[in-house]
Amino acid sequence: MMHDNGGPLLSIRALRTTLATEGGRVTVVDGVDLDVQPGEILGLVGESGSGKSMTLRSILRLIRPPGQVTGQVLWRGRDLVPLREAEMRAIRGREIGMIFQEPMTALNPVLSVGAQILENLAAHTDLGRAARRARAVELLNLVGIPAPAQRVHDFPHQFSGGMRQRAMIAIALASNPTLLLADEPTTALDVTIQDQILKLLQHLRETLGMAVILVTHDLGVVAQSCDRVAVLYAGRVAEYGAVGPVFATPRHAYTLGLLRSVPDARHARQPLRPIAGAPPPPDTVGATCAFMPRCGFATAACAAGRPPLVPAAEGRLSACIHGDRLEATEWAA
Amino acid sequence: MGGMTMELSTVDLAAPAQATEPLTRSAPGEPVLVVEKLTKTFRRPRSFADLVSGQPPRRVHALTEVNLTVRRGETLGIVGESGCGKSTLARCLVRLHRMDSGRVTYDGLDVGGLSGTALRRFNRRVQMVFQDPYGSLNPRMTVRATIAEALSVHRMCARRDMPARIAALMDMVHLPQSAAGRRPHEFSGGQRQRIGIARALALEPDCLIADELVSALDVSVQAQMVNLLLELQERLHLTVLFIAHDLRLVRHLSHRVAVMYLGRVVELAETEALFARPRHPYTRALLEAAPELDPTRRGSTEAALKGELPSPVNPPPGCAFHPRCPAAIERCRVVRPVLAPLSDGRLAACHVAAMEDGIA
Repeated sequence: MMHDNGGPLLSIRALRTTLATEGGRVTVVDGVDLDVQPGEILGLVGESGSGKSMTLRSILRLIRPPGQVTGQVLWRGRDLVPLREAEMRAIRGREIGMIFQEPMTALNPVLSVGAQILENLAAHTDLGRAARRARAVELLNLVGIPAPAQRVHDFPHQFSGGMRQRAMIAIALASNPTLLLADEPTTALDVTIQDQILKLLQHLRETLGMAVILVTHDLGVVAQSCDRVAVLYAGRVAEYGAVGPVFATPRHAYTLGLLRSVPDARHARQPLRPIAGAPPPPDTVGATCAFMPRCGFATAACAAGRPPLVPAAEGRLSACIHGDRLEATEWAA
Repeated sequence: MGGMTMELSTVDLAAPAQATEPLTRSAPGEPVLVVEKLTKTFRRPRSFADLVSGQPPRRVHALTEVNLTVRRGETLGIVGESGCGKSTLARCLVRLHRMDSGRVTYDGLDVGGLSGTALRRFNRRVQMVFQDPYGSLNPRMTVRATIAEALSVHRMCARRDMPARIAALMDMVHLPQSAAGRRPHEFSGGQRQRIGIARALALEPDCLIADELVSALDVSVQAQMVNLLLELQERLHLTVLFIAHDLRLVRHLSHRVAVMYLGRVVELAETEALFARPRHPYTRALLEAAPELDPTRRGSTEAALKGELPSPVNPPPGCAFHPRCPAAIERCRVVRPVLAPLSDGRLAACHVAAMEDGIA
């Protein structure tokens, strides 16, 4: 993959995550390869079941046994997969922070927002008591909570949905993380509040130099706030590259299908050209390209095996053998 | 819908629906559903502090004097953020809620005054389909039984014609015939949505109210549903109220769009006019906040709209949007703007837009 300047911050190779269910073991992440550069916002996009949230959780090993994570997660050159839980705790929530879709379930309802920030500050910084208190207010101010000196005493239920997400971000920021994992942070929010949170994340990236992995199902969110994007399908990366080129000339038939599924302002009330069918359940992908059964470009060659993620163009990777044919298709036409 | 059908099955059923069908039918393009000054408030449970201090119960102003006209055969999109009252409006229109005041007429029929057979007939003609088909489908009933129930409760066809009618309905929503004997949990979200629509169509409605119909679906399945809606509307000449928070979908499906904010309609215009040149500052902010699919056209680094929705318990005086409005003038803080035509004929409730057009 790319090694632009000084190498990636996070480098994931052959990441595989399995969960134990009543029906046996299922593979939810099936060989993900990804790089995250320092200070970039990487979008992970895909439909439900594509493995985007599970990839994020696997990075921090938030997979409860008997769930299993294998492969390699190189964090600044150190593999996180074999680390003991105690060692992992020095990284999770400290060097790598995480925010979730539903802040109300991630926040402690019986502790004030301030107390939860203080907890994180005490665990991850050397600040003294008074300095921690000042820093908590400062963090709430940084994430745009009005009257932070008063609101620091409020409990999560006294905050609106957008404010709770801001509070979650403040808690995550308490440890000065180098990487923030954001799992659908705006999915439950209204569009104007989503806009506020996305702008906030971009602002924090600018000012703190923090990298972000943003999991979303909304291609518009990727287009507007990410530098690079990884499109996931059936637990694997289908396409990876800078957002501009990927959206302009997708090199994977699935990316093209996703883009075509979104209504285009120029063709109001015209039928869309959606991908037929639905994503495959885990472990039902045979020895063919996982997207083949739904793909309009599929040929006999697609049945030969799951295509590997290979360079498709300058700085881009694709796991589709028909990338060149797609290039000839004007997707918005 | 499930709930509605259930309730109905327990009441006495008078004449079959078709026999008493009123002959008053507006022509395509004519107003069919007219909402005038519709107001709905909900009582909030009193807090302990309020009880002790003897405060009267507080009321949430869900809808305040909403005016709206839906034309036969059109798709009217209704957008707004959570708490703007769009779902309450849908529920008031089909009488799942009783309105406090105001008037809703459907083909000249006063909806608020309907009861008994007349209400059931109205409920048949105006069908609502919900976001969560899992919650509105009986988990123990097969697709066949679900549709058959709707057909028999409303006496839509003779018992011997039912199998053919069920097959036709499943075909209409592109469900395979092999699905008839299966139960809701065996289907994906998109397919469940199709079952819900088939059940609604069983009653041969002329108006469909779709409340966040596709919001919970993946984008590829969402697009399949969009195509189905377009196809059904064309085929059955349905009037559709498409309620959603996704502006791209609303733009794609609607002929006209109403934008709601804090229980009021703030702008109503032809879809293209609204998106090309939004006139209400809230509409403008909403469009700006919606992430565009084109990465080469990134918006500003500033958020489109500051602050959050004010409390519907104590809506701000004057224009409800003025505390967040970048264009607000003194008048906005005092005088509540009414929904009135601007120079191009669209409706907007904004002092500033009216002044720009030399109207106020």
